[in-house]
Amino acid sequence: MEKNPFQRTEKIDISWCPGCGNFAIKASLSNALSKLKLNPQNVAIVSGIGQAGKMPHYITVNGFHTLHGRAIPAATAVKTTNPELTVIAEGGDGDMYAEGGNHLIHAIRRNPNITVLIHNNQIYGLTKGQASPTTLVSTKTPTQPWGVFEEPLNSIALAISLNASFVARTFSGNIEKTEEIIIEAINHKGLSIVDIFHPCPSFNKVNTLQWYKEHTYYLEGHDVTDRKKAFEKSLETDKYPLGIFYTCEKPVFEDVVPPYISEKTPIWKREPNLEKIEEIMNSKRT
Amino acid sequence: MNLEKEVSIVLGGAAGQGIQTIEESLTKILKLSGYNVFATKEYMSRVRGGINTTEIVISSEKKRSFLKRIDLLVTFKKGVLNHLKDRISDKTIILGEKENIDEEFLDNKNIIDIPIQEISKNIGNTLFSNTVGSGIILGIFDCDLELFNKYLEDKFSKKGEEIVNKNLEAAKEGYLLGKKILKDSNFKINLEKNGKLKDEIILSGTEAVALGAAKAGCNFVSFYPMTPSTGVSTFLAGHSKDLGIIVEQVEDEISAINMAIGSWYAGARGLVTTSGGGFSLMCEAVSLSGMTETPVVVYLAQRPGPSTGLPTRTAQADLELALYSGHGEFPRIIYSPGKIEEAYEISQIAFNMADKYQIPVFILSDEYLADTFYNLSDDELKTVKKENHVVKTDFDYKRYQLSENPISERGIPGFGEGIVLVCGNEHDEFGDITEDVDLINKMTKKRNKKLDLIKKEAIAPEFIGNEDYKNLIVSWGTTYYPVKDALEKLNLKDTALLHFSQVYPISDSAEKYLKKAEKIINIELNYSGQLGRLLKREFGTEMNDSILKYDGRAFSVEELTEKIEKVLMG
Repeated sequence: MEKNPFQRTEKIDISWCPGCGNFAIKASLSNALSKLKLNPQNVAIVSGIGQAGKMPHYITVNGFHTLHGRAIPAATAVKTTNPELTVIAEGGDGDMYAEGGNHLIHAIRRNPNITVLIHNNQIYGLTKGQASPTTLVSTKTPTQPWGVFEEPLNSIALAISLNASFVARTFSGNIEKTEEIIIEAINHKGLSIVDIFHPCPSFNKVNTLQWYKEHTYYLEGHDVTDRKKAFEKSLETDKYPLGIFYTCEKPVFEDVVPPYISEKTPIWKREPNLEKIEEIMNSKRT
Repeated sequence: MNLEKEVSIVLGGAAGQGIQTIEESLTKILKLSGYNVFATKEYMSRVRGGINTTEIVISSEKKRSFLKRIDLLVTFKKGVLNHLKDRISDKTIILGEKENIDEEFLDNKNIIDIPIQEISKNIGNTLFSNTVGSGIILGIFDCDLELFNKYLEDKFSKKGEEIVNKNLEAAKEGYLLGKKILKDSNFKINLEKNGKLKDEIILSGTEAVALGAAKAGCNFVSFYPMTPSTGVSTFLAGHSKDLGIIVEQVEDEISAINMAIGSWYAGARGLVTTSGGGFSLMCEAVSLSGMTETPVVVYLAQRPGPSTGLPTRTAQADLELALYSGHGEFPRIIYSPGKIEEAYEISQIAFNMADKYQIPVFILSDEYLADTFYNLSDDELKTVKKENHVVKTDFDYKRYQLSENPISERGIPGFGEGIVLVCGNEHDEFGDITEDVDLINKMTKKRNKKLDLIKKEAIAPEFIGNEDYKNLIVSWGTTYYPVKDALEKLNLKDTALLHFSQVYPISDSAEKYLKKAEKIINIELNYSGQLGRLLKREFGTEMNDSILKYDGRAFSVEELTEKIEKVLMG
């Protein structure tokens, strides 16, 4: 087997718990990047806070470990500043759906060509087991001792309703499928959202590895261009469908912003247009 | 009555009546005619109605301060005179139609009836009132009508020949009326014209910041609209394509600053524009910039708070917000340009310094500077060389490499062989998360030690006055010209001025001036004397007296003259 350049060879202290689904996601992601023949120097992972946010430290890749919920705005800017980079925004369900919910909605509208990976274990792990926006109703937690009453966020339905350009869900337990979907997501031009179910053995005693196996299935023969059908599928919760729900082609942010319309050189490589500035200055004389 | 050296004209009307249009045309044509011009406005937070006024000061020598005094007042709406009653004296000449004069002023002997509405109606539409009004002023000041005609042709050419011709007619009618007023009235204007001024540039504080940023290589702007900061983004958005600047209005301020920081990480020069309320939302990310050592430039145009306060008024009350924004300890720079020419220069410096020291840098402006215009010579507009501090990385690159120098070389993804790992958690040299005591100490020192170097490059405060002073006035930011002009007027041998264009870190050179003074008086547009407090923190010097104003209005020269005199007399 070919060497995977995204695997960190030096000893690193991984802070994930034994049995955490993040290990499988890490394997799927680094395999996907390797299979895409990408060069680690040209990939940037911008992450939020939480256990998922630590991903850029555990594989060989450029990384920006930002604030809780803020990976998407930062990743959008990274891609826009240098469209030659492959940019991934990564975080957990709290990161992307709670603190960063507004950014996710508007990133869908803006449609930069980035891939958003959401580690969805339906619980807050790093802060020790509080409910997240995707925790199921009546789940008891230390901070919701009488059980969660808020309806879980259906991010797949939300994304399809906003006409996001790539919407998928997968399960960390299926490393090959997850890898395949990540490859598709990165190859897709436009914002790609991949919600990844994964168990939290320490704090989520409801949605266990076994539970996910029993309550999910991969879509087969589904037409990813049929938005209505995709929306219908997104409403199914027993079992939860997995796979690519929906894709569409839309203008991409970094293609349509004025500086890139006729000139493709990444803006970070350009020097200020002194002539034009002079021209503007001169227009202020008359 | 003679109007000499400087004439203060105030135009007042409702929002939507076109006062800004007149301001624009008059400042341009008066300047092209050889006068120095200064314009500043005050307005209400509404789209239509209310009362807004613009002051235009025309002078032989350059005058760049807000004057309380009104020599010529043009009213376009009833209520304007009442709104300005504190500024109207028995010398103020009032131009307006009867219907636009408040009852209390009807028997004022200085009222000159100008039938603007009637003239414009005769031409075909009351819409031409603005052109008639501008024409009257240009007539009074003996400007070249041809210049105005050309301006109107350029402005209205897209709207068709008829509109152009009607405007030319309105201009001429107004202009002739202005000439007639001057001839028939008992006032004379004695202002020297200077032909050289016609080549000068008229800029607003807003435009100066935007152009300075562009010159410094700013190529990424993310913002959420908020008065009075939006103008910089609007200006750059308008030139986005030709200048190669990405300007994106985003979902909220939090996104704006995180994007700007992200843009620097990838090698852009990012800017966010905001005001107090918006900046409050950005504070967390200021801390991210501090910890990750990723630069960011924040244009913070102050207005009164707290909360949404007075959206269209001015203040200097966010110095401490900028100074203490973000949790934890890390260095920052806060510039407070006091002049339009300085706003242009400092905006350039801000990007170089952010890049060099990898820290958040603030351009602390305010509504007064943002909305003020005046003419500038080329010599006054200084260009700062754009510095590039990004390095091409080697294979073994470490983003936070420790050395004697607290500044580690900053690489960016995709430029070189290295991996660039940036982290908002405490990190090791490579950028990986750490809880190692030794590293925590080293990294904290490394970040904070930069302040010593930054301080050495701080812009020294400007000292104006006799070296043998007893009293020292201290001021910062945009009160510069009004304070300076007031002190000139008072001509006191024992009182000097120390003005700060950089309020953090403060140059050590300030200390000797402060320590020498018998009495220090701070002048600020806030309630608590924030610069005074900062000077005490830095140098242990107490303010002996304060001149503070917090009604949302700028200081006028007259007001300051009076207040400084009163404070000094005890």
